Amino acid sequence: MAYIEFVNVSKQFPGALRPSVNNCSLAIEQGTFVVLLGLSGCGKTTLLKMVNRLHEPTSGHILIDGEDIRHLPVTALRQRIGYVIQQTGLFPHMTVAQNIAVVPKLLGWQRERIESRIDELLTLIELPPAEYRHRYPSQLSGGQQQRVGLARALAGDPEVMLMDEPFGAIDAITRATLQDEMIFLQRQLQKTILFVTHDVEEALRLADKIVVMDMGCIVQYDTPFRILTRPANQFVTNLVGADDTVRHLSLISVERAMQSPPPDFHVNGQPRIALHDNLRNALSLLLRTGTQTLVVAQDEHPVGILTMGQIQHLVGRVHEL
Amino acid sequence: MELLREALAYAQSRPELFWEAFVRHIVLVLTAISIALVICLPLGVWTARSRWASLTFINLVNTLRVIPSIAVLFLMLPYFGLSFQSAAIALTILAMPPILINTDAAFRTLNPAIREAAQGMGMDALTIFRKVELPLALPIILTGIRTALVEVIASATLAAFIGAGGLGNFIVLGSQLRNEAILLVGAIPVAIMAILAEVGMSALQRSVQVPL
Ligand SMILES: Nc1ncnc2c1ncn2[C@@H]1O[C@H](COP(=O)(O)OP(=O)(O)OP(=O)(O)O)[C@@H](O)[C@H]1O
Ligand SMILES: [Mg+2]
Repeated sequence: MAYIEFVNVSKQFPGALRPSVNNCSLAIEQGTFVVLLGLSGCGKTTLLKMVNRLHEPTSGHILIDGEDIRHLPVTALRQRIGYVIQQTGLFPHMTVAQNIAVVPKLLGWQRERIESRIDELLTLIELPPAEYRHRYPSQLSGGQQQRVGLARALAGDPEVMLMDEPFGAIDAITRATLQDEMIFLQRQLQKTILFVTHDVEEALRLADKIVVMDMGCIVQYDTPFRILTRPANQFVTNLVGADDTVRHLSLISVERAMQSPPPDFHVNGQPRIALHDNLRNALSLLLRTGTQTLVVAQDEHPVGILTMGQIQHLVGRVHEL
Repeated sequence: MELLREALAYAQSRPELFWEAFVRHIVLVLTAISIALVICLPLGVWTARSRWASLTFINLVNTLRVIPSIAVLFLMLPYFGLSFQSAAIALTILAMPPILINTDAAFRTLNPAIREAAQGMGMDALTIFRKVELPLALPIILTGIRTALVEVIASATLAAFIGAGGLGNFIVLGSQLRNEAILLVGAIPVAIMAILAEVGMSALQRSVQVPL
């Protein structure tokens, strides 16, 4: 059964000419990483904020774990949902530790449990507790602040995380690092995540499933691969660059395309690529080294080969995959 | 130096007169500041949230502010006579604008993302006010109180003109008798009080300042 469910949800702000969110229905499975993608003003934030009731729908309802969210006291609901925003919203008068302790305190946890939770989370986001516990937000870099924002949202061990462009204000390199950490974290934590972005690459990297929105409506809800290979309409095609072959390749693993080596093949100094890497990186490696064949390796052992010809062949058949 | 010695001798020759004026001065200041705080702190919290209230009350205190204190003192006379009340009311009016304006600004300029984060984490309105908004607003509010305090300490000398006492008594008397020593008996303690208020409030403000 779906963990978060939107049923015919609409939201029209007072005085607005048209609804910001228009009759959206969406079922999200537990433990999935769902990215809301769309142009500025299409209603992503509005949809997100209805989940923790910072906005109330004009019509329709939202269920979490089968329960209508309006049936819970609003503070109790919010304490169960982690919330991360672009501007971090960290409390500048509280230390990192105090910021992280906010929700556990609201939940009435014991002091020792809160203290060990703070250390655990700081270790998880790779800010050594001894060094960072007593810093104030103003004494952290933008990327570190965003990590603390994430830790604070995770503190009460919520089932659901809402993240509104958390990496939007961060330079490209740091953003890529944070995305990697996010992927790594999600692999361990298996939260149900709703993540807003208008960065297509970010959506493709992070999402189990992408919700494409346009003018308040959900246009397509599908896996990144299917969004790219079977866009629902021209809008989706343009938005995600579904015509972009290289982008397709970034979603296909080397494992899927490799072949077993022909009998006369000898490992002989050819460039290597990891089994779990993607074809975009493989292509880049082929072009950079000017070879035709890569050795696919798993834990240093060659397990197959990947040729330029095979990548071209796959590009032609990508819509059948 | 000679003048200072004379002033000291004058004060020591009439200790009960001096201390009475001194205490009266402090009571006037504290009364005015307390009333202004009781009115303006809640009012400022409200005006920061309501555009209508903000326009109305901020304009009102700004208008009151341009009336010279001495004029306010004399305007009070028909109602309260030559009394402590008249002086206290005039000083309260003087103390209100900086406190109200700073309280309003302190809450109005809070980063909306911080408020949103607090709500999103499931704090109730009262907790948000106590744990988040108030601590962040406090330094700016204290600046307003400091301004008010220094102004009121200095202006409380005017109370003497309507017979409400305070250290202004010596200033009035000194100028009438053209005796500078007597004038200093009023002026020096007032100056010291104002400096102490300034220094004390600055220290308090630093102690609650959010690290930047
Ligand atoms: N509090 C509000 N009052 C009135 N209208 C609003 C409010 N919040 C959002 N809107 C309107 O609703 C629409 C959707 O806004 P929303 O913030 O959900 O967009 P978004 O997809 O998050 O955009 P962005 O990517 O720029 O953040 C916009 O037209 C916006 O003007
Ligand atoms: Mg938004």
